[in-house]
Amino acid sequence: MNIDEKGFNQDFQFEAPMAPKRTRLQEFWLLFRQNRLAILGLFIFILFFCCAIMGLFITSGPDPLFDPAMIRLQEKLRPPLAKPNLDSLRREEIPCLGFYLMGTDDLGRDVFARMLQGAWVSLTVGFVAVGISVLIGIFMGGVAGYFGQHHIRVDHILMTILLISGAGLVMAHSIRFGAVLLCLTLAYIFYSFFTQNRSGEKSVPSWAKVFRKSAVSVDTLIMRIVDIMLCFPSFFLILTVVALLPASIYNIMIVIGLTSWMGTTRFVRAEFLSLREQDFVAAVKTLGASNFRIIFRHMMPNAIAPVLVSATIGIATAILTEAGLSFLGFGVPPPHATWGNILSDGKNFIFDAPWLTFIPGIAILIVVLSFNLFGEGLRDVLNPKLRERH
Amino acid sequence: MELLNKDKQIVLRVQNLKKYFPIRRGFFQKIAGWVKAVDDVSFEIEQGKTLGLVGESGCGKTTVARLILKLLEPDHGKIIFRGSDIGEFTEKDMRPIRKEIQIVFQDPFGSLNPRMTTGLSIEEGLRILGIKRGRKRKERLEKLLKMVGMSPDSADRYPHEFSGGQRQRICIARALSVDPSLVVCDEPISALDVSIQAQIINLLKDLQDRLGLSYLFISHDLNVVSYLCSTISVMYKGQIMESAPAEELFENPCHPYTMSLLSAIPDPEPGIKREIELVEPDLSDSLITSNGCNFQGRCSIEEPRCLEEKIGFEKVGEKHFVRCWKAAKK
Amino acid sequence: MANNNTLISVQDLKVYFRTGHECARAVDGISFEVRKEETVCLVGESGCGKTVSALSILGLIPTPPGEIAGGRILFQGKNLLELDEEDMQKIRGNRIAMVFQEPLTSLNPVFTIEDQIGEAISIHKNVGAKELRDRCIKLLKDVGIPSPVQRLKDYPHQLSGGQRQRVMIAMALACDPDLIIADEPTTALDVTVQAQILRLLKSIQKIRSMSVLYITHDLGVVANIADRVYVMYSGIFTEQGNTAQIFHDARHPYTQGLLASLPSRSKRGKRLYSIPGTVPNPAYKPAGCPFHPRCPHAILTCAKEYPEMCDYGQGHLARCPVLLEGGDGYK
Ligand SMILES: Nc1ncnc2c1ncn2[C@@H]1O[C@H](COP(=O)(O)OP(=O)(O)OP(=O)(O)O)[C@@H](O)[C@H]1O
Ligand SMILES: Nc1ncnc2c1ncn2[C@@H]1O[C@H](COP(=O)(O)OP(=O)(O)OP(=O)(O)O)[C@@H](O)[C@H]1O
Ligand code: SF4
Ligand code: SF4
Ligand SMILES: [Mg+2]
Ligand SMILES: [Mg+2]
Repeated sequence: MNIDEKGFNQDFQFEAPMAPKRTRLQEFWLLFRQNRLAILGLFIFILFFCCAIMGLFITSGPDPLFDPAMIRLQEKLRPPLAKPNLDSLRREEIPCLGFYLMGTDDLGRDVFARMLQGAWVSLTVGFVAVGISVLIGIFMGGVAGYFGQHHIRVDHILMTILLISGAGLVMAHSIRFGAVLLCLTLAYIFYSFFTQNRSGEKSVPSWAKVFRKSAVSVDTLIMRIVDIMLCFPSFFLILTVVALLPASIYNIMIVIGLTSWMGTTRFVRAEFLSLREQDFVAAVKTLGASNFRIIFRHMMPNAIAPVLVSATIGIATAILTEAGLSFLGFGVPPPHATWGNILSDGKNFIFDAPWLTFIPGIAILIVVLSFNLFGEGLRDVLNPKLRERH
Repeated sequence: MELLNKDKQIVLRVQNLKKYFPIRRGFFQKIAGWVKAVDDVSFEIEQGKTLGLVGESGCGKTTVARLILKLLEPDHGKIIFRGSDIGEFTEKDMRPIRKEIQIVFQDPFGSLNPRMTTGLSIEEGLRILGIKRGRKRKERLEKLLKMVGMSPDSADRYPHEFSGGQRQRICIARALSVDPSLVVCDEPISALDVSIQAQIINLLKDLQDRLGLSYLFISHDLNVVSYLCSTISVMYKGQIMESAPAEELFENPCHPYTMSLLSAIPDPEPGIKREIELVEPDLSDSLITSNGCNFQGRCSIEEPRCLEEKIGFEKVGEKHFVRCWKAAKK
Repeated sequence: MANNNTLISVQDLKVYFRTGHECARAVDGISFEVRKEETVCLVGESGCGKTVSALSILGLIPTPPGEIAGGRILFQGKNLLELDEEDMQKIRGNRIAMVFQEPLTSLNPVFTIEDQIGEAISIHKNVGAKELRDRCIKLLKDVGIPSPVQRLKDYPHQLSGGQRQRVMIAMALACDPDLIIADEPTTALDVTVQAQILRLLKSIQKIRSMSVLYITHDLGVVANIADRVYVMYSGIFTEQGNTAQIFHDARHPYTQGLLASLPSRSKRGKRLYSIPGTVPNPAYKPAGCPFHPRCPHAILTCAKEYPEMCDYGQGHLARCPVLLEGGDGYK
C-alpha cells in the first residue's frame, strides 16, 4: 500500500491558511509580550535571583563587603536608612553603604546584609522543595490517574514491605538480616518475572494463589497514601524527620518537598481521569504508542496548567516552612541568615522595630507574586487556544 | 485455524464477542447486575469492503469498536484479525498489530490533542512506523495532508484553528499515517455540518478505492450506511438482529426492528410520506434483559415463545442472517 | 404580505453579537411569517443563526453581548421587540412556547415531572391543585406517555431521551399556545424515536390547531413535516417556498448543493456532490453573496453586490440573481 501523489479529492481546494505564519518562538514571545504583568513578574524574578547570586559572593569570604554576622550592640534596632553613629564604631564596623539601608536587628546586625545572605537559601529552598514536590506529585498523580484501574497483588505488597525493611535493616547496621531479606525479595522478583513470561498464572501452586490475589487498586493505594499524608499536621511531620536527620539546608529542601506533593497529585489525577476518557488518548493508543509516551508526551501537557499555578503558591509555603524550622532551630544553623529566620527573629520586636518583619515579609511576597504572575503568563502562553489571531 | 486461512480476503472476523459491564450500586459498590453492552456479536469484514453497523443510541456500537481496537478487553469470543486471534493478545503482543487497525471518532473536537499541532499529532504515527525525524518524515506528512485535502502548512497549526470537517480530515490523516488495513469509523460524520458530510463521505470512499482499505462504518443514519456499505448489520441492545448485503436488507428486511428502522428514515423525498408504524419504546432499563428475544416488548409480532427461548441467529438467504424465529420460519 | 391569516411576522430582523473587537452578525436581516395552523421550517447548518432567530422572538437574547440591531417582530399585531419584560413574560410560554434541543438539560433534574409541568401551567393560569394534576395527566396522555398517572412522580433521569422530549412538548403545550417553536427537538434522538416525535407534533398540531416553527438542519425531517421552508445560510435566508418547490425545484445553488449532497441508496456507486469549503465565521462574512466562495455559479458581481431575492412565483423566492438569468443547476 502506498500513498501516491495523484488523484486528490476534488471536493476541497486547499483551503487558505487562516493567519500569517510565525515560528513557534516568535509567537511565544509575541503572546508573552502582550501579557505585561507576566513580563514584570519575570523581570522582578530575575532581579531577585541576580541579587541572591550576588549576595552569595559579597556576604561571604574572609573580608566580605557586607558582613551579615557583624554584631554592633550599640547600634541595635536602628530603622532603615539610619546613619550609623560613627563615633562608637570601629572602622571595619561601618556599613559599606555608609548607612543601614534596611536598618539593623536586635544585635545591631545589618539587615540588608542579612537579607542578601538569606536570599539564596530562601529562594533555593522555595524552588527546590517545590520542584521536588511537583515532580513527585506529577508522577504519583499520573500513575494514579492512568493506571488507577490496575490492581496490586498481595505478593507485590509483601515484597515491597520486605524490601523496605531489608533496606532499613542494612542502614541500621544489621547487615546480615538485611541482606537475607533483600536476597529473598530479589529472588522472588526474578522468580515471578520469569514464570510470568513463560506460562502465565498456571504454574502457580494452589497454596500460593493467595499471594496472587489482587489486594488493592493502584488508584486506591495512592489516594489513601495521600489522605494519610494529609492527615498529619505536615509541619510536625517535617519537624520529626528533620530532628532525626543532620541539620542541613539540603535535607530541609528534600523533606519539605517530600511532604507537600499531595495537592499536585490530586490535581494531576483528576485531570488524568478526564483526559484518559478522551478520544485523542485512545487514538494515540491505537497508533501503538507506549504508555510512557502517552502519559508524558500526550496527557501531561494538558494536565500541567493547574499544577503550575498551585506550584507558585507552594513556593511561599516552602519559604515560610523553612522559616518556621529555622525559628525552632532545625533549619539552617543560626549565624547564617535566611529570610525565614530574619522574619521570625523580628517577630519579638514587631512594635519597636516593624521593619524586621516587614522587609523579609515583603520580599517573600514579591517573589511569590512575581512568580505567580509569571506562572499565569506562562500558562496562557502554553495554551494554544489563546494564540489565535494576533 | 484452517477455516480462517481458507479465504484470505477476510480482514477481520469477529465471533461470539461479548462484553458485559458491571452495574455497581450501594455504599460498597456491590455488583447489582450486568449491562450486556455487547452480547454475542459475530461478523466479518472483507478486504476492501465496508461493513455498516447501525443501531440506536446505546446499543453497543462504540463498545464493539473499542473491543476490536483492544481498548477494552473482551469477556468472551474471538477477534480474528488476519488469521490470529487478537482477543487474547496481551498489550505487548498487540503493539505490532495496533497500527493495522485504526479508528476515526465521532467527536472531531475531542479526538485531537489540543496542545499539539496537527502535524505533531500525525507524525506520532510516522514515528511509530519507524520513519526518522527529518526530510522523509516531513514529505510523508505533507503527502498525508494533501491526501485528505488539507494544505501542507496546516501542519503547524493547532486543532482549535480548524472547523469540524477539517479536524475530521486531520483525524483521517492520522489514522492513515500508519498504513492501516482496517479503519473503524465510529459515526465520523454525525457531528459535522450537512454541507461538510458529503466531503468526508467522498473522502472515505476515495481512500478506500485508492488504498484498498476496509471499513467498519458505525452509524445510526441508514441513508449514509445504505450509500456507503456493502454489508449492513443491524444491532439492537448488544445483539446483531439482522445482517445482510445492503441491497438485500433494503429490499427484503426480515426482522421487525429492521423494518421499523427502515420506515423511520426521514426521506428527503416529499410526497411519499409513509405512515410510520412503530410501537411505543420500552420503559425498562435498556440493556438488562431477561430470557428470550431482546426485542420483546417493542415487537409488533411478538408471541409467548419469544419471551422464553433463546433466539438463534439464523440464515434466511445468501449472506442474510436474522435473529428472529418468526422471520426465519417464513 | 401580512394578511389576517398571519400569526407572526418577522421583518428584517438583525441580531448582532459584539465580543471584544469583533461583531458577529448572527442574524442579518431575515423576514418570514408563520400563518395559522401551519408548520414552517427554518433549515440551515450549525451556526447559521437559527437558534438566535428563535430566541429573539421570545426576547431571550442575552444582552450584552447580543443586540437586536433592527427589524420588527409582529405577533398578532403587536411588535414584540417593543414590549417590556413584564408583557413579554405573559406571552412567553403562554402564547408562544419553545421546545429546546437538548432534552437532558432542559429539564430540572431535582423536580418531578408533575412539578415541572405544573409549574408551566401555574405561571400563567390560576388553577387549583386537583385541576393542576388532572391537566398534567391529560397533557402526558396527549404526548403519548404510557401510564401517565404513575409517571407523574418520576424524575427526569428515570425517563428515556424520547420521553423527556415528550415531557418538554407537554410543558410547551401546557397553556395551549398559538405558536410552538421547536428548536431541533429530535437532533439528540434516535431515528425511530425521532419519527415518533415528529408524528406526535403533527397530530397535536392538527388537534389543537396551532402553528409550529420547526428548526432543524436535517432536510429529511423538513421533507416529512413542513408546509413551507426557509433555507438559512450565514444569517440570511437564501431560499424560501413550500416543501415541493424547495425539494423538487430548488433555485438557489446552496439548496441545490445540499440536496445533491445527501447520501441515499439510490446514489450508490455514484459520487456524491459536495459543496466545497466551509461555513463562514459570522464575524468575518464574505462581502456580497455570503455563499460566493463556495458557489459553482459565482460570477464577479457576486463578490461585490449583495443579491436580492428573486421571485419564482407562488411564494417561491431565491436569493440568487445569477441563476434567474438562465443557469441550470446541478443535474
Ligand atoms: N465503561 C463502561 N462502563 C459501564 N457501562 C458502559 C461502559 N461503556 C459503555 N457502557 C454501556 O454500554 C452500553 C453501550 O454503549 P455504547 O457506547 O457502545 O453505545 P453506542 O451504540 O455507541 O451508542 P451511541 O450511538 O450513543 O454512541 C451503554 O448502555 C453504556 O451505558
Ligand atoms: N451568546 C452568544 N454570544 C456570542 N455569540 C453568539 C451567542 N449566541 C450565538 N452567537 C453567535 O451566533 C451565531 C448563530 O448561532 P445559533 O445558535 O443561532 O446557531 P444555530 O443555527 O442554532 O446552530 P446550531 O445548529 O449549532 O444550533 C453563532 O455562530 C454564534 O457565533
Ligand atoms: S423473536 Fe419474537 S420478539 Fe423477537 S423479533 Fe422475532 S417475533 Fe419479535
Ligand atoms: S448570487 Fe452568485 S454567489 Fe450567490 S448563490 Fe447566486 S451565483 Fe452563487
Ligand atoms: Mg457510540
Ligand atoms: Mg441551535
